[in-house]
Amino acid sequence: MNEPVFSVKDLNVSYGGNLALKDVSLDIQPREITAIIGPSGCGKSTFIRCLNRMNDLVPGAQVEGQVMYHGEDIYGPQVDPVTVRRRIGMVFQRPNPFPKSIYDNVAFGPRINGFKGDLGELVERSLRRAALWDEVKNKMRKSALALSGGQQQRLCIARAIAVEPDVILMDEPASALDPIATVRIEDLMQELKQEYSIVIVTHNMQQAARVSDKTAFLYTEVDEESMSRWGILVEYGPTGGIFTKPVDKRTEDYVSGRFG
Amino acid sequence: MIHGVRGDEISAGGGIGGGSVRSPADPRDERPPSLSALARRRGFGRALDRLFGWTAAVSGTLVLLILAYMVLTTTNTALPVFTSEGISFVTGTEWLPSRGVYGILPFIYGTLVTSIIAVVIAVPISLGVSLYLTELAPSWIKGPIAYAVDLLAAVPSVVYGLWGVFVLLPLFLQPAAEALSSVFGFLPIFKAPATGLSYFGAGVVLAIMIIPIISALAREVFRAVPDDDRLAAYALGATRWEMIWEAVIPRSRPGLVGATMLGLGRALGETIAVALLVGSRPTISASIVQPGYSMAAVIANQFPEADATGIRALVGVGVVLFAITIVINMAARLFVWRLVAER
Repeated sequence: MNEPVFSVKDLNVSYGGNLALKDVSLDIQPREITAIIGPSGCGKSTFIRCLNRMNDLVPGAQVEGQVMYHGEDIYGPQVDPVTVRRRIGMVFQRPNPFPKSIYDNVAFGPRINGFKGDLGELVERSLRRAALWDEVKNKMRKSALALSGGQQQRLCIARAIAVEPDVILMDEPASALDPIATVRIEDLMQELKQEYSIVIVTHNMQQAARVSDKTAFLYTEVDEESMSRWGILVEYGPTGGIFTKPVDKRTEDYVSGRFG
Repeated sequence: MIHGVRGDEISAGGGIGGGSVRSPADPRDERPPSLSALARRRGFGRALDRLFGWTAAVSGTLVLLILAYMVLTTTNTALPVFTSEGISFVTGTEWLPSRGVYGILPFIYGTLVTSIIAVVIAVPISLGVSLYLTELAPSWIKGPIAYAVDLLAAVPSVVYGLWGVFVLLPLFLQPAAEALSSVFGFLPIFKAPATGLSYFGAGVVLAIMIIPIISALAREVFRAVPDDDRLAAYALGATRWEMIWEAVIPRSRPGLVGATMLGLGRALGETIAVALLVGSRPTISASIVQPGYSMAAVIANQFPEADATGIRALVGVGVVLFAITIVINMAARLFVWRLVAER
């Protein structure tokens, strides 16, 4: 068994005092694709945003528990969230390239990180890994906003890779894309997991079943008295097991499409 | 009646198919009102619509007509001076109404210099204020600060002028001008003798006057930057400063140019505050801490005592000021278009 990339223990997240995620504990293995699935509002995005401290940017957000990254708590008192994000890349739901050239988009991260080597070579390598190089190599100085949605998303992946992280977090990376672009992103993820650990949030169960090695199912728990609701981790394990022999009834109902 | 005939046909068809005879009062037989009947019923609304269209068109045209009329009449009034002075009206450096010599270059120079000083001071401060309000300030303090800045825009310019002369001049402008000149006096633009009643003094007060305009616009521009851009920068390990500099500012550039140009436009035309602070000396001085004059200020100061030709000359100054404003605005618009097209 490899040492896990992330070891999350008793993670509780609340926004402005309202609990959003309760007692989540799980380990994420290196060079695997871990899918986080569950109905809307179950805290999938909240969870993934804890892994690179993006929740710090939400006013009123409070995170309790431990998120060990290679044995170090990223919420530890000595840890700077900026440094965390330089090691843990993120791709968002809507492709969000900067209104800059394709080259400058990929070079953004390395530049702010004080990259000293051959920037052109790094940009090319990142674009090749993101399977975008052949489509853009002749228009590196053109605006990134002129690309198609699928190309923009792969550009965002290239941009995340360029800072040479070892984890890539993907928050519903294909939900704004058409089916063909989605397949390309999924193929790309299979390539990327040779070198990176990937955590993907998706509301598309087929996608989770197709691409991931492990699947975590999050579900909304409701407190009838106070009418408050929060997300809990119901089941976590190898993807095949979650989809074919789920242990929990709620998982079975969800993956068989009975709700959600 | 067409209605009746077609109605009968339909109920007959229904009778055959359904095997039942419906009474004519059956609501299912009622056809929806015809489109022309609906149009008649909406007649009043339609008429209002047309009335509104015409009013809007007339107002729009009226603005253009007034503008054209203004340009024509002022140019016409100033024409005798334009023809007698020729090109030396705008290139001449001597303004001696008593001798009938009208060269307005010192005023053009003074207007441009005071406005540029104002913009150079106001833009960084305005950007700071609006970045603070959109990116940094805790939410409880945003409202009061934004409101205070907006209030600055509501202060009448003569109040700025008087405050400039009686408060800011002894307190800040005079000592600052002298300090600049004693430290940087070796540079021609700060050459002594220094006074607060100068291009510099007028520029500082102009800057205070245009800060609310520029910062209000810049605030809207920054607010329009999608949060996705901010998240993208943060996720790549940007600090807040890097996020602002690399994600917010580039996206805002066209809007910021527009905001600056609106501020510049206000500074170019500002009259009373400049008239009180610029020193009213019709000369061209390389040193910004020495007195000068501006186009709007000379019109305001000399109009009451000018003779007939003098009035024509002052109107001519107004025409040139108007032309300069238009040229600068058009240049700004072209620049913004180019920035946007580059995307």
